[in-house]
Amino acid sequence: MSESWLMTNLRAIRGRSYPRIIGSKREPSWLFFDIFLPLLTVSAYVYIYKYMAAPPEFVGFVILGGAMTAFWLNILWAMASQLYWEKEIGNLQLYLIAPISRMSILAGMAVGGLFMTSIRAAATMVIGILVFGITLSLAHPFMLVGVFVVTMFALYGMGMMFASLYLLLGREAYHLSNLMTEPVYLASGMYFPVKALGFWAAAGASIVPITLGLDALRQLFYPSSSAEFGFLSINLELGILVVLSVLFVFLSKHSLDYMENLGKSTGRLTLRWQ
Amino acid sequence: MIHDLRTFKNAAWLGWQMEANWTDPFVFAIYSIVKPVAGSLILVFMYLVITGGDTQTLFFSYMFIGNALYMYVAEVLFGVTWVIHDDREHYMTLKQVYIAPINFYTYIFGRAAIKIAITTIGVVVTLAFGVLALGVQVDLGSIDWLVFIPSMLVGLATILIIGLALGGITFLTAQHGMGINEGIAGVFYVLSGVIFPITILPGWAQAISKLLPVTYWMEAVRRGLSPEMMAALPGATGLEGLSDLQLVLTLLASAVVFLFVSLGVFKYADRTARRKGKIDWTTAY
Repeated sequence: MSESWLMTNLRAIRGRSYPRIIGSKREPSWLFFDIFLPLLTVSAYVYIYKYMAAPPEFVGFVILGGAMTAFWLNILWAMASQLYWEKEIGNLQLYLIAPISRMSILAGMAVGGLFMTSIRAAATMVIGILVFGITLSLAHPFMLVGVFVVTMFALYGMGMMFASLYLLLGREAYHLSNLMTEPVYLASGMYFPVKALGFWAAAGASIVPITLGLDALRQLFYPSSSAEFGFLSINLELGILVVLSVLFVFLSKHSLDYMENLGKSTGRLTLRWQ
Repeated sequence: MIHDLRTFKNAAWLGWQMEANWTDPFVFAIYSIVKPVAGSLILVFMYLVITGGDTQTLFFSYMFIGNALYMYVAEVLFGVTWVIHDDREHYMTLKQVYIAPINFYTYIFGRAAIKIAITTIGVVVTLAFGVLALGVQVDLGSIDWLVFIPSMLVGLATILIIGLALGGITFLTAQHGMGINEGIAGVFYVLSGVIFPITILPGWAQAISKLLPVTYWMEAVRRGLSPEMMAALPGATGLEGLSDLQLVLTLLASAVVFLFVSLGVFKYADRTARRKGKIDWTTAY
């Protein structure tokens, strides 16, 4: 690995993330919709918990889950579907002939998407906290940051893997992303503790990194309800997330190579309007 | 008339092909069922985790029925707006449709009709799942058809009409059509008593709720579908003072108001889009 190769790929990561980062500034009106829309669903779920006289921490669970939905939507629509859309508008062939690793394109998408979505998720959290007056425990700030970072690493690794697998799809890409919205909200316990699904269902859902990440964040923000509503211990969840991070990045590299070779041999990699 | 019917039929057929021919019928059926059922199960688990498992309550039925019916609001609003966005931005056929000697409203409603049909399957499957698996209180023998059918028809027409206005706005926006659409649907979800009675909302929000046709639609359809549940529901829904007739008439009146407002918005947007050359505008978005 020469220094120039490394610099070229770092520049590719910066270049691919740039439109996403600068896009947030160029079109600030998107911020309104991206913050306002999740808040509507969050508000509805907060009110239903209030109507059922749920313990107060459930309001916090919902707000945290509502903020995390932004990351899952970003994975589906701006990571998984992205290479398919790049193919549709003719950019994919430019990526393929550029003298860079395809992984740096995916990494750039992830960095830019993570930046863009973090702003939106943070805004949803802050507004939710202010409007509904919840209090969160910040007793373990380093653990909070650690869990969040590892969750995002694993999640965007999964997004990178999906991005290459989606190249197999035509119009199914749109429908598949649509299909993976509500079922994943359900399986990951976005609006209720995932423990309620039962051990084996929650264990199965843990393949989506947001499941364990969200559960760990809830336990850290509400340590007093950890024993009652937490799925696994925080340390175990963190350990599994680290394994998932490595696994998904490894699989994304292999699936990308596989798709590229398959595309070259069948001549369909840059074929549009399928 | 025959010409319009032919337009409607062909638009509906086109809508069906676009919705369904990306896969085989079995996968499409699964896709059409999994999504709405999963959406409802989120609420079911939220309910179960608080109540500890008793789904045989009046409030559970109230919540489940409202959430199932809300699919119409989300899907139909989205469907009407998506016709314009998709035809213009993705398939780039809007200009051909526009200059074709057909009624544009008929074309849009034809495309939306198939969305209603597909959504109806999702609603029926979800309700059937609720009744059979979770004990949701809907008894076919006690449905008040005189309330249910008129309110259902007027409510769907109102949603279509609101969708038309939002579709008009899509003519003028590059990126925000979907956002506005989801925002309006989200407002209905929070403020229209979809999953909880509006009485839990702050006073100012309840005042807005009573201006929204979906609030009356939800109440009327619930009263038609499960009259015994609505009569026995403890606590107020916020509209308990209205008789069934008053409720349906209020819904009808709001539909008429929204018809004029929506047609006005659509015609303004249409004229502006023509003047500014936005009918065949593509933004690669």
